[in-house]
Amino acid sequence: MAETKEKSLSDEKPKPRVRPIVRLGIFLISHSFHVSVVCCTAGVLALFLLPVLAKNTYISENALMPGSASPMLSNQHVSDGNRLVKDLTNPNSKSSETGIESHKIIAQYMLDLGAEVSFHKFHPQMNQFHPLHFFSSPDSGKIQENYSCSSYGINTVGIIRAPHGDGKEAIVLVTPYNALKSGFGEALSLGIAYSVFSLLTQVTWLAKDIIWLVADSQYGEYAAVAAWLREYQTPKFSSLSTPNAEMCPDVNNLFELKGHSISGSKFSNSFRRAGTMASALVLKVRDQNEQFEDTISIYAEASNGQMPNLDLINVVNYLAVHRQGLRVNVEKLWSLLNSSWLKSLGEIFESLAKVAKSLYPKWKFGIPATEYVEGTATLASSLYYQALGVPTGPHGAFRDYQVDAITLEISPKFSLDKVWRNDILLRGGRLIEGVIRSVNNLLEKFHQSFFLYLLTSPSKFVSVGVYMIAFALLIAPLPMVAASLYVDANSSSNCSKGDSSTPSAITDTDEHSIAIRSWRWLNSAKLVFIVHLWGAIVSLLPYFISQIPDCSPTTSFMIWVLLSILSLLTLNSVLASPLACAKATQEKEWALVKSVTISSVFIGLGLMSVINFATAEIGALLMVPMCLLAQPLKLDVRAGTLRSFCRMICNLVLGHIAFPPAAFFLLKGMLDGFGNANVGDFWMWVESLWAWNSATYLFIVEVTYIFSHG
Amino acid sequence: MVLLQRPHILLLLIGTHQFLQCWIAFGSVNEEGQKQAEFSEELLLKPLPDHKLLAHFHFQSSGPPSTSNGCHHHLFPKAISQLVQKFRIKEMELSFTKGRWNYESWGGFDPLSSSNAKPPGVELWAVFDVPQHHIDASWKNLTHTLSGLFCASINFLESTATYSTPEWSFPPASGNVRYGTLPCEAVCTENLTPWLKLLPCRDKAGIALLLDRPSLYRGFYHSQQLHLTSTGSSSEGIDSGIILEQTLTVVLQPNSEMAIEVHASEKHIQPSWSLSSIFGKQVSGRCVLAKPSSVYLLLDRGLSAANGLTSENFWSNPSFELSANPDRIFLEESSSHSKSLSILYMFQVEKYCESEPFDIGLMWKVPVAWLCQQTPLHASRFLMGSGNERAAIAISLKSTQFTEGFMSANSKDGSCELRVDVFQVVPWYVKVYFHSLRVFVDQQPRAVSDIIEKIHVSPSKDKMSPGVMEVVLKLPCRVNTAALTIEFDKGFLRIDEYLPDANQGFDIPSAIISFPNFHASMVFLEDDSLNKSPLLSKFQEKCPVMSYTEVLLVPLTTPDFSMPYNVITITCTVFALYFGSVLNVLQRSVAEEERFLKAKAAKKTGRLPLLLSKLSAKLRGRRLEPLHSPPSSSSFINSKLVLKVILVAGLAVGWQYFFS
Repeated sequence: MAETKEKSLSDEKPKPRVRPIVRLGIFLISHSFHVSVVCCTAGVLALFLLPVLAKNTYISENALMPGSASPMLSNQHVSDGNRLVKDLTNPNSKSSETGIESHKIIAQYMLDLGAEVSFHKFHPQMNQFHPLHFFSSPDSGKIQENYSCSSYGINTVGIIRAPHGDGKEAIVLVTPYNALKSGFGEALSLGIAYSVFSLLTQVTWLAKDIIWLVADSQYGEYAAVAAWLREYQTPKFSSLSTPNAEMCPDVNNLFELKGHSISGSKFSNSFRRAGTMASALVLKVRDQNEQFEDTISIYAEASNGQMPNLDLINVVNYLAVHRQGLRVNVEKLWSLLNSSWLKSLGEIFESLAKVAKSLYPKWKFGIPATEYVEGTATLASSLYYQALGVPTGPHGAFRDYQVDAITLEISPKFSLDKVWRNDILLRGGRLIEGVIRSVNNLLEKFHQSFFLYLLTSPSKFVSVGVYMIAFALLIAPLPMVAASLYVDANSSSNCSKGDSSTPSAITDTDEHSIAIRSWRWLNSAKLVFIVHLWGAIVSLLPYFISQIPDCSPTTSFMIWVLLSILSLLTLNSVLASPLACAKATQEKEWALVKSVTISSVFIGLGLMSVINFATAEIGALLMVPMCLLAQPLKLDVRAGTLRSFCRMICNLVLGHIAFPPAAFFLLKGMLDGFGNANVGDFWMWVESLWAWNSATYLFIVEVTYIFSHG
Repeated sequence: MVLLQRPHILLLLIGTHQFLQCWIAFGSVNEEGQKQAEFSEELLLKPLPDHKLLAHFHFQSSGPPSTSNGCHHHLFPKAISQLVQKFRIKEMELSFTKGRWNYESWGGFDPLSSSNAKPPGVELWAVFDVPQHHIDASWKNLTHTLSGLFCASINFLESTATYSTPEWSFPPASGNVRYGTLPCEAVCTENLTPWLKLLPCRDKAGIALLLDRPSLYRGFYHSQQLHLTSTGSSSEGIDSGIILEQTLTVVLQPNSEMAIEVHASEKHIQPSWSLSSIFGKQVSGRCVLAKPSSVYLLLDRGLSAANGLTSENFWSNPSFELSANPDRIFLEESSSHSKSLSILYMFQVEKYCESEPFDIGLMWKVPVAWLCQQTPLHASRFLMGSGNERAAIAISLKSTQFTEGFMSANSKDGSCELRVDVFQVVPWYVKVYFHSLRVFVDQQPRAVSDIIEKIHVSPSKDKMSPGVMEVVLKLPCRVNTAALTIEFDKGFLRIDEYLPDANQGFDIPSAIISFPNFHASMVFLEDDSLNKSPLLSKFQEKCPVMSYTEVLLVPLTTPDFSMPYNVITITCTVFALYFGSVLNVLQRSVAEEERFLKAKAAKKTGRLPLLLSKLSAKLRGRRLEPLHSPPSSSSFINSKLVLKVILVAGLAVGWQYFFS
């Protein structure tokens, strides 16, 4: 066989050499099946290798100089903070129903320090589910007409002006506080913030103003901070129709602060500002904790997977670990910690690394299996929260205004004696002081270090250059498969035509048919477009459904399902009917449809990876195998071999898994057990998501469905 | 030799003595005829409501007209007079400021704050007495000269994109004004030392002895100014020479450790201070060249009212105690709109000497609280919006209840209006849309034409000139809040136009808010000795109340500054690929190649390639197409090579593994 080929080769007129890059392309396309299998496996493997490849963090910006100055927070300040904690936890202060008393106490304490104090009243504004507002910047929000006096929150804001500074920049310290039902933890966080604040009124090194925001968290921490930020960044000067909070009698009580006649000009009921915000810290103390160590948790994910600059996390981590002796952790997916397959995978990696190290002592990429498991759990949660796009704390509100912010949650080992409380106040306070001092040292805003990264532990990260490799490997087969499918579809029809007609007859008519055939993909593009349109409609529907008043989550979900089926039928009958008959005539059309779908998915994933990597990665994990395996069910059934049967099963399973409700239930079931899953939950979940997140899933799922059933 | 020298020295001594006597006599003679070079040093201390102390140094030297004694000066600094002569400066003011003036607690209505509260950084304005088309050239030269003179980067004001020409809103209103600011200029001792060099006694004697650098720069506000007025122009008849006013305003925190120690009821007592405790130094006599050399202690209206001081009982004040007896006490001339009066205690430094240095202290006995007189409207400015594309500047004016008395006094003639002038300069990369100007009065949007009486706008030109906006607002007197917003686009800069710390952001200089209806002046009861004090006569001048807003920091999009490197590498790669393929095409001869290929195909009979091709053909099954033959044939050679490499590497790995 090979000899005949050789002969034919030698007989043939030798073709001119094709350029190597073209040759490579042709080679890859012709071997698309093997290439795609290899690439996908490599992509998944690379994803699991990421914890191994993680680098140690380092402080990139030299000006930060964390911990170079010895902390100035002394026991004097700690006792000041303790005094505030005592006053706040005092039952007398809670007598008032609206919790105004404790706000007054806080304001009085701030005034005594010589800070400028103001109250900010806000009406809680729920984060509305609006799919069209995804790319628009945060605006000043809609004014709702029916505000009542009973529902408002009060943020207490204290500002220290830097004595030598020019007031162009400010650092924000946020402590959420619910005056109505405050736990001891919240009071303690206020105590820490107050002790730092009282120190900062005395220091001379301050170059940026300090804003201490006591956010009223009775309507949620995020809402309070977001309301304050909205007022800070995009204030409304005209208040025509809204009933002002000033009209409410309770609020007016607020301004009758006693004893501020001395430094009276420091208090004002108008909104006070400092300069451009350089960074923000949200401080929380957890109420109860069963761990044996004082730990501090860092939450960094903001909306849409945005992360603060890595330097900010580095500074906190460095100061907490090396100066204050606190244990730092970032969020993990706890369920992954105990999984045995991950452990064994980690052991495999470890042993591989051992072998490599014995071969060449400088290859030190291995990490212990336990560390690997932890790193993977952290990475998974990092990916999950970034993909979800819902901020993990009030710091998310700052990121919407390009301010780097993180939430620090201190969970102390629990005991009630005074020594312990002083210790927490001192260490927490010194940590905050150190971070503020570092940020204060900054001449420029955070820009040196990474913005695109995934954390695998507080001191290890995977940078964008590394994790993109896994993603690129995963989506690399898509264009190849698309090209090969297209070529196949074209050539197969060409062959069938060539058989029927004699070679001599192929003249200019063939040219014409080639021209027609080369435009045939437009048909399938039309089909794909219609399905995408339907996906978009389905994803927009929840917004309109949410406008329906008095709807329980379950019923609205049902309405959603019904409406989407209805819209599918309508679209099918109106737009896709000519296409359906065309499909009936051409059985082989599916290959073209698949190729168009795959290329559109490739473009979509590529774009998404720029916007939000984590979403793109998870999406690719689900969609790439689905796209590659998709095959009409009829064909599979007709073929009847074992291979096609397997493929069919895979298709069906994947198609169901990737359908968002199914995926949600599976995840929820894995995490919580299947018992408490509810259809309404899914509605809530969707409501908390941005619209496009589900849209991407929907359209591809439906494309597969059409294949399967058509 | 020694004997011989002595008479010479004696003679020299006698000669100088005589010369000195002559000079003094000459001076006294000259005083009757023409103005003589004069120098005065004054220090004004003023307690501030928030436990701080304001110290205002005022040095004034006046140079005689240049025609009278050529280019020689006895007292007046030569550098300044040369500057004035060369650039024909009519009036000039240069200020170096660090820190912010706190208008809310330090006041803004009195002449002291109105003329000494300056924006952070450097501010320079000058009025020239040259034809219009020469002004810009003079300004450029002036900035360079001042930059050398004061060790500051004032020369950055040279480019036309940094300075502006206010038309009418700027107080010394005339067409020849140039105005420029450098908000991010850092001010330190290096700027103070040349400033001190202009004083005849430097800081070696007199009041300037108090200028102890560490304590000065520890303060909360530090503003060092140089104000030049000259009428020395040949075109006009009157020639009164040059007046150079050097002022230094500092706000300091007296050491209040004692106050903290005392128990809570006395926590609000003002800290006691003395000159030596603030500055760490005492005044040991006056600078011999200074004519009036005096120290004042000013208790402003609010404070004297809080003390219960009136024109009757100000001699016996119960609330505080002075460590030195004042030489004179001045009372402010009572005006219609306020009952309380400022009180000025004067101390003459002449009486003190080295052995008995001058030191004044103030001991508070009871806690006193008062408020300084504030500007009619408190102005603050901030940025609105987020993102890298657009934003808005907002100037919000808030009524300070304090001046309602004035307003009602002014509103006697029916329609009461409050005039506010706003002068705002924006750099060119902040592209302001002037049509987006919006005015809100008392939280109601108002038509621009209703509120704005007069507006002058000169739009910015890219890299050429900044945008200038001058607005006259007519607000109703009872206004509570007013706000002006104007939107802008954030411009893109070329990579070499970014400042060194580009990621910090870019500054928008302070806006000037002035109230032309209100005049800050403090007229003290007429006294002939008063006319001699330049400081007090300056207080009596009627100057409009002015306040500066905050400096704003606009974050602009900054490129990754390693970008040029990336661009260079990418461009080089693209060029290399391009030229490589072009050369390839140019050199290729098709016929030659075909013959070569044929020869090669005929020659190819190796055993291993044959085997491998068999193998691969089996592996790939029937899907063998003629199109793929060239790549497959090349891949055979590759795979052979690869196989060899893998074999060798595997051997090496195995060897390493088993023998280590």
